[in-house]
Amino acid sequence: MVAAGAWPPMKLLVIEDDREAAAYLVKGLSESGYAVDHAGDGREGLFLATSGSYDALIVDRMLPGMDGLQAIASLRATGRHTPVLILSALGAVDDRVKGLRAGGDDYLVKPFAFSELLARIEALLRRGATSTANTKLKVDELEMDLLARSVRRSEQEIDLLPREFRLLEYLMRHAGQVVTRTMLLESVWDYHFDPQTNVIDVHVSRLRQKIDRGFPHAMLQTVRGAGYMLRGRS
Amino acid sequence: MQRPHIRLLRTNAFRLAALYMLLFATSVLALLAFIYLSTEGFIDRQTEAALDSEVSRLRTQFRQHGLVGLVQVIAERSGGERHRDDPIYLMTDANFHPLAGNLPAWPQVTPLKGGWLRFPLEIKEQDGTEMHDVLAETADLSGRAGEFHLLVGRDLRAADLFRNNIAETLGWASVLTLGLGVVGGLFMTRNMLRRVDAVNRTSERIMNGDLSQRVPLTGAGDEFDQLSANLNAMLDQIERLMAGMRQVTDNIAHDLRTPLARLRARLEVTLLEKPDAQRYGEALRQTIAEADTLLGTFNALLSIAEAEAGSRRETHSLVRLDEIARSVAELYEPVAEERGLALVTAVDDAIAVRGDRHLLSQAIANLLDNALKYTPTGSVRLTARADGDWARLEVADTGPGVPAASRDAVLDRFVRLEGSRSTPGNGLGLSLVRAVARTHGGNLRLEDARPGAKSPGLRVILTLPLGQAPAAVPERTSAGSV
Repeated sequence: MVAAGAWPPMKLLVIEDDREAAAYLVKGLSESGYAVDHAGDGREGLFLATSGSYDALIVDRMLPGMDGLQAIASLRATGRHTPVLILSALGAVDDRVKGLRAGGDDYLVKPFAFSELLARIEALLRRGATSTANTKLKVDELEMDLLARSVRRSEQEIDLLPREFRLLEYLMRHAGQVVTRTMLLESVWDYHFDPQTNVIDVHVSRLRQKIDRGFPHAMLQTVRGAGYMLRGRS
Repeated sequence: MQRPHIRLLRTNAFRLAALYMLLFATSVLALLAFIYLSTEGFIDRQTEAALDSEVSRLRTQFRQHGLVGLVQVIAERSGGERHRDDPIYLMTDANFHPLAGNLPAWPQVTPLKGGWLRFPLEIKEQDGTEMHDVLAETADLSGRAGEFHLLVGRDLRAADLFRNNIAETLGWASVLTLGLGVVGGLFMTRNMLRRVDAVNRTSERIMNGDLSQRVPLTGAGDEFDQLSANLNAMLDQIERLMAGMRQVTDNIAHDLRTPLARLRARLEVTLLEKPDAQRYGEALRQTIAEADTLLGTFNALLSIAEAEAGSRRETHSLVRLDEIARSVAELYEPVAEERGLALVTAVDDAIAVRGDRHLLSQAIANLLDNALKYTPTGSVRLTARADGDWARLEVADTGPGVPAASRDAVLDRFVRLEGSRSTPGNGLGLSLVRAVARTHGGNLRLEDARPGAKSPGLRVILTLPLGQAPAAVPERTSAGSV
């Protein structure tokens, strides 16, 4: 994982009232190289979030004292833009929309795979770093021109269908991070359901054919049990 | 008997009726009083006008024919027995000594203004005499023969009788009107109360647990019937939702218990075996995979329940079915290609339906998923077009198809046909599509794609109401249970 070994480690705040779930989150995230604090209710969470300097917050939606969405809204009202990942047992599309509208940056439905959570936190932490205003993306020898809608690897033009282009764009913006199938389905297709067949695998392997064939180094890698990662040689 | 009356007094309807009665009574009384007063005034004015003209006639007589002429006329007019309604005359000299007329002496009463007199007089009736009121006009005459006083009067008894008659009639009329009003008001209030009572009784029975009760309709088609019909429609919907809920609970209990038991058994057996890190790891991985499958089933059940309950209907908006279909087809295109199948898409432009984009996407995805999964060779064809008031979306494949007898069954939850159990899936795909169709007011039908062929293939037809105006959802599901 990217965060591991970074010094000083990224600071995360977990606001979750269920002790066991919180302990599991804190342990897992600490082992992945993050410095993790924990708050047991919305009030304490909001207090910590406004006083400490966290790189990202993980907020359970249903909290005693102060509802998670309320806490996020209050935090945003103080002018803080710390990335927030909402955890919730409510998975309907309207619930998701409500959560994002309250100021959340991403929404993960319980129960989730820990690898999914890690991938999404990494994506959130990097969001601030990569500027969206760039019209050119570059990962090692792979280059994407967002205006000309063209992709080349080592000066060799690669023809992509519109959807493949968006898929690659997402992977390049998250280069070096694990990107899960659900993240791709949500971001590239805007679908919030699990297709029974793993359609994403087929799309990724097609894209891999186009960008990796004929090159000694495979950039688009499968991360077992988690998802995919686009990575340069370094 | 006591209770209903007290209750009647406390009802809103009764209070309203009483208030109206009060208003009604006041206006009736005011109207009758007006009639009475104006009639009375009219009678008085009539009498006064008659006396006025008589006096002026006599004045003329006096002027033209002198004292003799006048006395003669008076004697003529007042001759004989004086009866009721006969005019009363008296002519006196300057000292009020009677000269002519049928009144014995000048009445000793204080004159009203304008020379009018009102005095009692004994009048002969059939059975003796009676005292009657008389109204008289007086006039002073002067001529060559000297000063004279003239009195012309009229018996007021007839006018009084008429007035009394009118007053009595009007009195009875008001009593009758008010009586009828009260009776009618009570009758209508009770009638209304009876119908409200019917609604109340039904609600009480429903609250006591008998959800099959419905408010009776009178067939009058009035507001009460409309209210009852609406209540009944609401009850139907509630009953349907509860039935759906019960079914989901049953299904969850039935179909999640088995895999959960299996999962638990595996963990237990692993614990019984000799501790071995590798075996533990393997068992945990299997358990996680099984938990994921369980969660998938659980989520699918929830989506179906949600779609069936129509709880997302408020999120429906005008969406382009053709764009949704193309987008899903594009998602599945590489899958088809990888399996050596042709995915043919023939979708007309601009098919607008009122619906939920996510649910519709998922429904079409499930259809394509199914078709691709169960078709060994050949093609899958996705078509969509507008057909009258309906959007018609079809997915046809060249697979083995579904025998006509099993078509209803495969739409039910967890039903998977023999021979399909080896492929992954939870048997919820088509159930979700049907639920989505229903919540959109549409329909789902299965038929042979190529009737008579060796592998007839399956054609799934999803029809949805075209959405220009907000689409009404046809009531048909549980109308029979009312």
